[in-house]
Amino acid sequence: MSTVITPTAAATPSSAAGREKPTRSEDNRAGWFFIAPALVLIGVFFFLPVGGSLLLSITDFDIYAIADPRNARVVWLRNYIDLLSNPVFWTAVKNTFYFALVGGPLTVATSLGAALLINARIVKYKAFFRTVFFIPFVTTLVAVAIVWRYLYHPQYGFLNYMLGWFGLGPIEWLGDPRWAMPSIILMAVWKNFGYNMLIFLAGLQNIPGELYEASDLDGAGPLRQFWHITLPMLAPTFLFVGVITMIGYFQLFAEPYVMTSGGPLRSTTSLVLLMYEEGFRWWRMGVAAAVAFILFLIILAWTQLQFRLQREGR
Amino acid sequence: MTALPGGLRARLRRVVRLLPLLAVAACNIASADEGVVTLRFWGMGREGEVVAELIKDFERENPNIRVESQQIPWTAAHEKLLTAHVGRSTPDVAQLGNTWIAEFAAIGALESLDSLVASSTEINRASYFDGIWATNVVDNTLFGVPWYVDTRLVFYRKDLLAQAGYDSLPQSWAEWLEAMRAIKRNVGDRRYVIFLPSNEWMQPVVFGMQKGATLLRDDDRYGDFRSPEFREAFDFYLSMYREGLAPAMGHNDVANAYQEFERGFFAMWITGPWNMGEFKRRLAPESQSLWGTAPLPGPTGAASGYSNAGGASVVLFRNSRYKEEAWKLIEFLSRPEQQQRFYELTGSLPARKETWERSNLAEDEHARAFWLQLQRTRALPAVPEIETIMSRVIEYSEASIRGNAPAAQSLTGLDAAVDRILEKRRWVLDRESTASAEQQR
Repeated sequence: MSTVITPTAAATPSSAAGREKPTRSEDNRAGWFFIAPALVLIGVFFFLPVGGSLLLSITDFDIYAIADPRNARVVWLRNYIDLLSNPVFWTAVKNTFYFALVGGPLTVATSLGAALLINARIVKYKAFFRTVFFIPFVTTLVAVAIVWRYLYHPQYGFLNYMLGWFGLGPIEWLGDPRWAMPSIILMAVWKNFGYNMLIFLAGLQNIPGELYEASDLDGAGPLRQFWHITLPMLAPTFLFVGVITMIGYFQLFAEPYVMTSGGPLRSTTSLVLLMYEEGFRWWRMGVAAAVAFILFLIILAWTQLQFRLQREGR
Repeated sequence: MTALPGGLRARLRRVVRLLPLLAVAACNIASADEGVVTLRFWGMGREGEVVAELIKDFERENPNIRVESQQIPWTAAHEKLLTAHVGRSTPDVAQLGNTWIAEFAAIGALESLDSLVASSTEINRASYFDGIWATNVVDNTLFGVPWYVDTRLVFYRKDLLAQAGYDSLPQSWAEWLEAMRAIKRNVGDRRYVIFLPSNEWMQPVVFGMQKGATLLRDDDRYGDFRSPEFREAFDFYLSMYREGLAPAMGHNDVANAYQEFERGFFAMWITGPWNMGEFKRRLAPESQSLWGTAPLPGPTGAASGYSNAGGASVVLFRNSRYKEEAWKLIEFLSRPEQQQRFYELTGSLPARKETWERSNLAEDEHARAFWLQLQRTRALPAVPEIETIMSRVIEYSEASIRGNAPAAQSLTGLDAAVDRILEKRRWVLDRESTASAEQQR
C-alpha cells in the first residue's frame, strides 16, 4: 500500500511546484487581495468607530468638551461604576430583559404557529396569508406606532372597547407603568413575527415528506409528528431565528421612543433608549458609550449561552 | 420599450419633451440667486409653522434676502440643535427655549448680542419684561431676544370658588389653602381641588422661588434644595397632596384634563397661556363663563407671587456667515406689529409690552392675569445642566408624592443627585479660575 501511496504523494507537491498551481504564499496574497476591500470597509466603518467609542467610554466627554476639547477628562472606569450605581440604568436593564425574555420567545412561538398554520395542507390562499402576515414587518414603525397608539387609547381605543364586551374595565395601556411594557411587547410581536414566520416556512418545506409518511405508517399522530419530526428537523432554523430575534430585541429602541418616550415612570426605558438620551439629549457621550459597551457584552454573553444550550440540546 | 403599455409610453415621452424646459428653468433660478443671501431659520412646533407667514413680508421688504425656514418638533429640537452645532451646520437664526440659552452659550454656539442691541433702533431693552429679559443673559452677556413669553398661573372654576364663599382667588398661601379646603369640603372625597401634575417640575420649583430659594448655591456649584426656603415651599406643595386637595396624578393619568376641569374633578389647574385658547376651544359654550385666570398666590401675598420666566427667544448663531442680514430678521420679528401678528396666529403671548398695550391684550378678561404675572417672574439658574436638574426634581418629588418618601429624604437625595450633575461644572470653573490666576501672576 505504502509503495502505491508514496509516488502519488511525491507527485502532488512536484506538480504544485509547477507553473499551473500557485504556491501557498501566492495563494494567500490573492486571497488578501480579494478580501481587502471588505476588510478596509469593515476597518473604517466598524473597528475604527468601535475602538473610538471604547476610548470615548473612559472619558467624560460632554457639552463642556464640545466647547473646548481640553474639558474632556480620562476617567477610566468611572462611567461604568456610575452606571452600575444608577437606579435608572438598572431599570433599563430590567426593562430590556423583560422585553427580550418575554417578547422574544413569544415572537418565535407566534412565528412558528403562523408558519405551521400556513403550511398546513387544508389551508387555502397560502400566498395571501403569507403576504398579510408579512406586511407589518415591512411597514414603517412610526406609522404602525401611531395606529397602535389609537388602539391603546384608554378612552377611545379599540382594545378597551373590546374589553368592554366582556365587562372588563378599561386599561390604561400606555399610561400605567404595569401595562406599558406588555403593550409594547404585544405591538412588537405583531410587528415582527412575519419575518421569522417566512424563515420557519422555508425550514418546514425543507423537511422531507417521507418522514411524515413513514411516521403515518407507524401510527404517529400529529402531536407526536410535531414533537419527533418537525421540531428536531427545525432545530437549525430555531437557532438562527432565536439568535437573530434576541439580538434585535435586546436593542429595543424605536417602539418606546415613538410610543411612550420611555415612560410612564421609566417603565419602558430600554438600554438603547437610555443610551440615546444620555448621548444625544444630554450629550454625555462618555456615559452613552459605556452603556453601549455594557449592552454589547450582554448580547455577546446571551448569544454564547444560546449557542451552548443548542449544542447541549443535541 | 416595446413591452411598455401605451399610456405609460406616452407619459414617458411627455416627460422627455419637458426636460429641456426644466433645464432652462433651473438656469433661471440659479441666475436669480446671484447677490441674494439665503438665511436659514429654525422654528419649533406651531411657532415654526406660522413664522413662514411673517417671513413672506420680511422677504418683500428685503428683496436681497431669502429665508429658508424649517420646522422642528419640540421633542427633537434639543438634540437636533446640539448635533447641528457639533456638525457645524447650525442655522443662522433659530427659536430657542430660554432654558436652553445657558447651555448653547456655554458650548459657544451663540453670538453675543449686546453691541447689536445697543445700536439697534428697533429693539429697546425697556419694552421687555425684566424677568424674561434676564433669562437671555448668561454671565452678563446677552445671547437672545425674547420672542414670546410664557409663565404659569392658576386657571380656576369661578362657580366652585363662589360656592365656597370666595369671589376671587386669595393671593396669599395661607388664604389660598383655606379656600382650597373650603372647596374640598363641598366637592367631597371623590373629587379634588387643584391639579398639580406630579410629573412637572414647575410647581415645586416655582413655590421654592417664591420663598426666595435660589435652587443652587456657591455660584451654582452645588444643589441647594435642602435650604429652609425650599424645604418650606416643598412642604406646602406636598401638603396639597397629603390633604387630598391635589390628586397624586401625572399628565398620563388624567386622560383629558379639559373634560375633567369641566366636570369639576378639580377646580384649579396651574398651567400656561396656551390653555386660554384650548379652554375656549374645548370647553362647551355654556362653560365659558365659568373659568377664570388669576396670578399665582405668594407666601406673603400678591407681591411675593412669583412665577417662572418662560418662553422662547430668537438667537443668532456664531457660525452664521450672514450676521448682518440675520440680525435684520431678528429685528423684524421683534417689531411690535409683527409680535401682534404672531400672537394672532399662534396665541403665544408677545414679549413686548407695546404689543400688549396696542392690542388691548392687557385688558383682556383672561390674559390680564398673565400681564400681571409677567411683571413678577423669576428665572431659573443659568447653567447648562438645568434641564437635567429639573428632570431630577420630577423624580424626587414624585418619590414623595406617590411613593410617600419623607420630604427630608427626597430633598437630600435630590441635592446629592444635583451635586453629581454639577461635578463637571465645578471642575471647569475651578480650572478656569486657576488659569486666570496664573495669567495675572
